[in-house]
Amino acid sequence: MVGASFSVHGDLTLTNLTKNFGEFVAVNDLNLVIPEGSFFALLGPSGCGKTTTLRMVAGLEESSSGSIAIGTADITYEKPYRRPVNTVFQNYALFPHLSIYENVAFGLRRRGVKDVDAQVQKALELVELTHLAARKPNQLSGGQQQRIALARAIVNRPALLLLDEPLGALDLKLRRAMQIELKWIQTEVGITFVHVTHDQEEAMTMADTIAVMNEGEIEQMGSPADLYDNPRTSFVANFLGQSNLIMGSIIGGSGREKVVDIFGSKIALPVSRNHAHDSSVLLGIRPEKIRIAAAGSSMYGNILQGGVVSDASYIGVSTQYQVEMPWGQELMVFEQNDDGTPPLAKGDPVVISWEPIFTFGLPGDQDAGAGSEANPDSE
Amino acid sequence: MNQLTRWFSRNLVRIYACVGFAYLFLPIIYTFAFSFNNSTKSNLVWVGFTWNNWRNPCGAPDICNALGNSLKIGVLATFLATILGTLMAFAMGRYAFKGRPIINILIFLPMATPEIVMGASLLTMFISFGFNPGFWTIVIAHVMFCISFVVVTVKARIASLDPRLEQAAMDLYANERETFRRVTLPLVAPGIAAAALLAFSLSFDDFVITNFNSGDVNTFPKFVYISAQRGLPPQANVIGSSMFLIALIIVLLGQFVGRRRAGVR
Repeated sequence: MVGASFSVHGDLTLTNLTKNFGEFVAVNDLNLVIPEGSFFALLGPSGCGKTTTLRMVAGLEESSSGSIAIGTADITYEKPYRRPVNTVFQNYALFPHLSIYENVAFGLRRRGVKDVDAQVQKALELVELTHLAARKPNQLSGGQQQRIALARAIVNRPALLLLDEPLGALDLKLRRAMQIELKWIQTEVGITFVHVTHDQEEAMTMADTIAVMNEGEIEQMGSPADLYDNPRTSFVANFLGQSNLIMGSIIGGSGREKVVDIFGSKIALPVSRNHAHDSSVLLGIRPEKIRIAAAGSSMYGNILQGGVVSDASYIGVSTQYQVEMPWGQELMVFEQNDDGTPPLAKGDPVVISWEPIFTFGLPGDQDAGAGSEANPDSE
Repeated sequence: MNQLTRWFSRNLVRIYACVGFAYLFLPIIYTFAFSFNNSTKSNLVWVGFTWNNWRNPCGAPDICNALGNSLKIGVLATFLATILGTLMAFAMGRYAFKGRPIINILIFLPMATPEIVMGASLLTMFISFGFNPGFWTIVIAHVMFCISFVVVTVKARIASLDPRLEQAAMDLYANERETFRRVTLPLVAPGIAAAALLAFSLSFDDFVITNFNSGDVNTFPKFVYISAQRGLPPQANVIGSSMFLIALIIVLLGQFVGRRRAGVR
């Protein structure tokens, strides 16, 4: 192979990809197309099969069935060192016996690239660590090691860069900074990034497209806004942010809006956001979309009467309420502290409302709690 | 009284350290000092200081022949045991195969068997095979008991190796052979080096097994044992001290190089 770039490029296509570990199905009949040049995130709780999928693409794990292709080239059974794919490992896996320079040069040297020095310098400049070239990995901080791991991978200009929870070991502040930097680098180099993470915020910050994985299957795929505003399953609704899910039944409506009855109240649900198969529906609304006021106040949009504040916590930018509804369910309401009115107190009778367009409908047979225990935010 | 108790409790760790070091180093200092003893027959009583023993370390009859044999046997046995042991360690550390748990236990047997028993049985075996005890039977015997130590040492190093490093190498276009040469071997090398040093010192030091299987070939431990009955020549102390000094220099050099490499300048 001559030169720094590969002849193989194009979209990454996974077809019926399956991986079994004995009886356990880690990845179940996965079908996925990741467009060339995109920043794609595989998001899911630990054990959902996202890392196994990544390792199969890297060639570090052999698939049980199905195929993996980049553009038109089938790489399902290709050795890892013959794939135009590089990986940023979870704990970086820098070679401890080699200098930073030699770590970055490793892939170029194995491929017999000519201008190793120029390319290594360029990669180190990209991650702004040129001055550390002579050091050994253990002399670098976690954030610096992370950037070297990235430089070591992208210096090869692969068709595909795989990132396996690359920011997991960094502290929060550094993680935020690296999220922005990673996104910038991806735009700069134009390589397809496939990013595996269990951190929904990380995925939403960086990725163009997110696939939410659960138990070896993709629950839903789409842009961050699409997934957040219009989830199709209760798992996605709970795993990405928090949701109030209320049992109801569709009792009528027009072509654009359905009318849902929940414990006597009529709620409007846009047809484009209704994913229920029949009249049984799990009605969803995000806590920050709900308005809250003392009982008797005039409200518009979708209105639910008869709530009582069971808990109120003031957290600066907002006040988070738990509101107990007449049918016993507790709903979460996040109210911005932006109108100068004093927060409501525990025990206050309240009325809540929201704009109908924020309502989404999930199939009524789904588990309202799915995904919430896997979401670190909802604890 | 009270003051003394306080002084004592404050310096207890230091006192303990001094006693500990004295326990460890007095015999070595003694050996070193008596290498300068101007003795002729027995090296048990201090007679006077001389450089003669150091100027002429081969002065005692047969001592340098014995030393040469020990070095030759040590190097050969170390070389063979390290290669065989390292290969075994990789097989046992890396691959799951039938009978691996049993082999893991069997590898400890040569270490656990009393040397005296092993030496005697080896001799019986060599004779029944029709081998005459001599240089090569010593080498075979030494390789045999060194291998276990090599396997255990190298295997520990392999077990501590992060498998992701090899995966990273494969991911970065190194095929199986290059991954081994560029990543696995350099990372396991310190373990192999430690195993080789251990094997050499075991071989160089061995008396019991060697004595059974050496025929009329003399080795340094054999020489010391036999001449001790008549009176050990001070040249034995010279050689003992030299070995100690060489080992010390190697360790210090290793530390120095290690620090340079780690960039602590």
